[in-house]
Amino acid sequence: MTTPHTPRARHTRRAFLGAAGGAAALTTLAAAGCSAGSTSGTPEPGTDAAGSPRRGGRLRATFAGGGASETLDPHRTNLFVEAARAKALFDKLADFGSDMSPQPRLAESWEPSTDATRWTVRLREAVFTDGTPLTAADVLHSYRRITDPEGAFRARASLESIDLDASRAVDDRTVEFVLKHPYAEFPNALAAFGAYIVKDGAEDFTEPVGTGPFRFVSFTPGSSMVAARHDAYWDGAPYLDEIEFLVANEETARINALLGGQVEYAHELTPTTARTHEGGGQVTVVRLPRSAMQAFVMKTDRAPFDDPRVREAFFLIADRQQLVDSALAGAGEIGNDLFGKGYQYYADSIPQRTRDLDRARALLREAGAENLTVRLDTSEVAAGFVEAATVFAEQAAEAGVTVEVVMGNKDTYWSDILDSGQLCCYRSGSMPIESHISQRLLTDSTTNASKWQREDFDALYEQAQATLDEAARTDLYARMQRTLHAEGGFLVWGFADWIIATANNVGGVDREAPANSLGWARFDKVWLA
Amino acid sequence: MTGLAHFAVRRLALGLLQTAAVVVLVFVLTEALPGDAAVALAGDQPDPARVEAIRQAMRLDEPAAQRFADWVLGLLRGDLGTSLVSGRPVSSYLAGGLGPTLLLAGITLALLVPLSLVLGVAAAGREGGPLDRAISTVTVGLYAVPEFALGILLITVVALRGGLLPPTAVGAGGDLLAQPAVLVLPVAVLLARPVCSLSRLVRAGMVEALASDYVRHARRQGLGEARVRYAHALPNALAPAVQQLARTTDWLLCGVIVVEALFVIPGLGTLLVEAVAARDVPVVQGLAVVFGLVTVVVNLAADLVVHRLAPRGEVVA
Repeated sequence: MTTPHTPRARHTRRAFLGAAGGAAALTTLAAAGCSAGSTSGTPEPGTDAAGSPRRGGRLRATFAGGGASETLDPHRTNLFVEAARAKALFDKLADFGSDMSPQPRLAESWEPSTDATRWTVRLREAVFTDGTPLTAADVLHSYRRITDPEGAFRARASLESIDLDASRAVDDRTVEFVLKHPYAEFPNALAAFGAYIVKDGAEDFTEPVGTGPFRFVSFTPGSSMVAARHDAYWDGAPYLDEIEFLVANEETARINALLGGQVEYAHELTPTTARTHEGGGQVTVVRLPRSAMQAFVMKTDRAPFDDPRVREAFFLIADRQQLVDSALAGAGEIGNDLFGKGYQYYADSIPQRTRDLDRARALLREAGAENLTVRLDTSEVAAGFVEAATVFAEQAAEAGVTVEVVMGNKDTYWSDILDSGQLCCYRSGSMPIESHISQRLLTDSTTNASKWQREDFDALYEQAQATLDEAARTDLYARMQRTLHAEGGFLVWGFADWIIATANNVGGVDREAPANSLGWARFDKVWLA
Repeated sequence: MTGLAHFAVRRLALGLLQTAAVVVLVFVLTEALPGDAAVALAGDQPDPARVEAIRQAMRLDEPAAQRFADWVLGLLRGDLGTSLVSGRPVSSYLAGGLGPTLLLAGITLALLVPLSLVLGVAAAGREGGPLDRAISTVTVGLYAVPEFALGILLITVVALRGGLLPPTAVGAGGDLLAQPAVLVLPVAVLLARPVCSLSRLVRAGMVEALASDYVRHARRQGLGEARVRYAHALPNALAPAVQQLARTTDWLLCGVIVVEALFVIPGLGTLLVEAVAARDVPVVQGLAVVFGLVTVVVNLAADLVVHRLAPRGEVVA
């Protein structure tokens, strides 16, 4: 599971982000935990500038898109706009709260076996937009489709732990999932990006039928999708009569359309735009803090970064505040070389690292790496990458390290940096810390850009997944994070805000939800005053 | 066969050859781009197994020559192939993008031709006079403003401050005619620079023609000034302008990417940018064919018109 990225459309302000909720949200959501329960993340009605909720109207929301190749197949979602549309039409068994902990959705409850290899998922009473009820068969079909090796669906890696041949429908509303190995964080898989539940047998999505809050009306790829309220939605019918998703790839076009009254919601704006219009009264700017991890990745398996002293020296070279101020235009906060600030299991007891050039020089001397020259790969693939690389090169020069900034191709950047190079710019959207570890930091992880391959670390992860006791698991995550903080390959220097803006008559927009979490782009809880 | 028809056929054959060459070149160049559609599609999750699966699903594991041959064979049957990314036919992509682009280009041309003629002839009417100087100052100045800057300026002043016109075409979809107001600003931006270059060319041609021997001769014959001007001088003055017009048409049809992006008009230019980024070779190829043919036909038409206007000014085929 990953966040939507924009491999197809090329506009630099495209991001794949997610925000951590505030501390309050973190505790309440963690307490909701993994049992039966309510939904989450929506602000209290009545607290909004747009007054209390009211029914009616069509909300027009504009997103960056993917052109004529966009699809409504929810298992092929790849872009923010596709994720937002899939969320309007479909549901997953679970979704992520603002702290990236899994919240039950179509699953009413989940119960693990004592060894965490068998999970019984009870489905809630929900109906598709064609009136048929949701059943276990729909769930099994959906997951079989996603994991079909021919399909190359994005969520396949996240569902790989399930042995679908052994899994079965206990009854119409109960599924028993058999896993290939213990997986205490299995609900994360149910919430994986793109793991939507479609109807049994569904393969064609030109007129999609889902259990989501809206029912499909019309779609023009690269331009517009209209959906209308699903009155029988299990989580309560939306306030809006209709939602229209409109595509505008240029950030200027999105904000202009909002200012000109052509849309009521503009996704993905720059810090400059936000500053210009914040407090101006024309539109409401929403900043979702701690949204995208910003990092430099050091390849730990090769010189010079195979020496932990060099890695530590680089951790100490970074002036994080300066990076945030210049590369993110101040729209963010500093990081502490760990993923997932503010998320469930984040080790916030580890002290914040600060710049120490003397110590860095001493470490480099010890490692015999004085007058070091390092190549730093960057690209215009994401906002701020080139600026971050340039600024860091200047910071490194003060410690006597020469950083050569190399510009890469933005269409192939993520694939290019996976195995080659020494040091590169990196960014990640929101996902649980468990997913970050399993996708990027285990010996057999498929996108292990830092080449972090340590048996003791793998063992800790496995132990955590065999541990159902949450407190014990929290300890194990803390141990993993202490190791990463001390000698890992991710120099996490900041977390960027995610910026959206709405017309002033829009109420109910979640102000804490990271992109791809439950509350983000959740139009069933939004109203027009 | 008359000389003109012979010339036209020869030019058309050459043009088709050129188009074929462009198509081959596009294929070779897109093959040479770093990364393929599978890598582009995998994006920030370049799990090697997944990339390989996507590659197989797209049949990118087959040799390039084989894929090219399949594509050419399809083309000969009138089949442009299917998009690697969506699996939808390339023709549906073209059909979607062509409408908005044709509409924009058509309206722009319909305004461009009379406007530049009037401006050019008026400026040439009294060389160096106040009108000439005024027109020259404005056209030279306007020509120096890039589309992007002009677009932003117009949006800010006319649409957002003035509230007179919609700032973008968001929400109009492919049916731009249903909301003609959304077309005004994009057409204004598209018109701005060509009108300058064309009217300058018309003016220069007219100034030169009016000073030429045959015009003097016509005047000596006692013909009226209007007749001298429009029947004798203007046709000769137009030849360079017509060729410039053909180039402008290419530019308009191939989609003015900046204007499409700024005003959110889903035309061919946007389509091309998206397809190149996604390494969606069949779509890029399909667009290359269309652009190639359009260029050939428009330039052929221009040459024929020039041939007709000023037969002595030989055209190199």
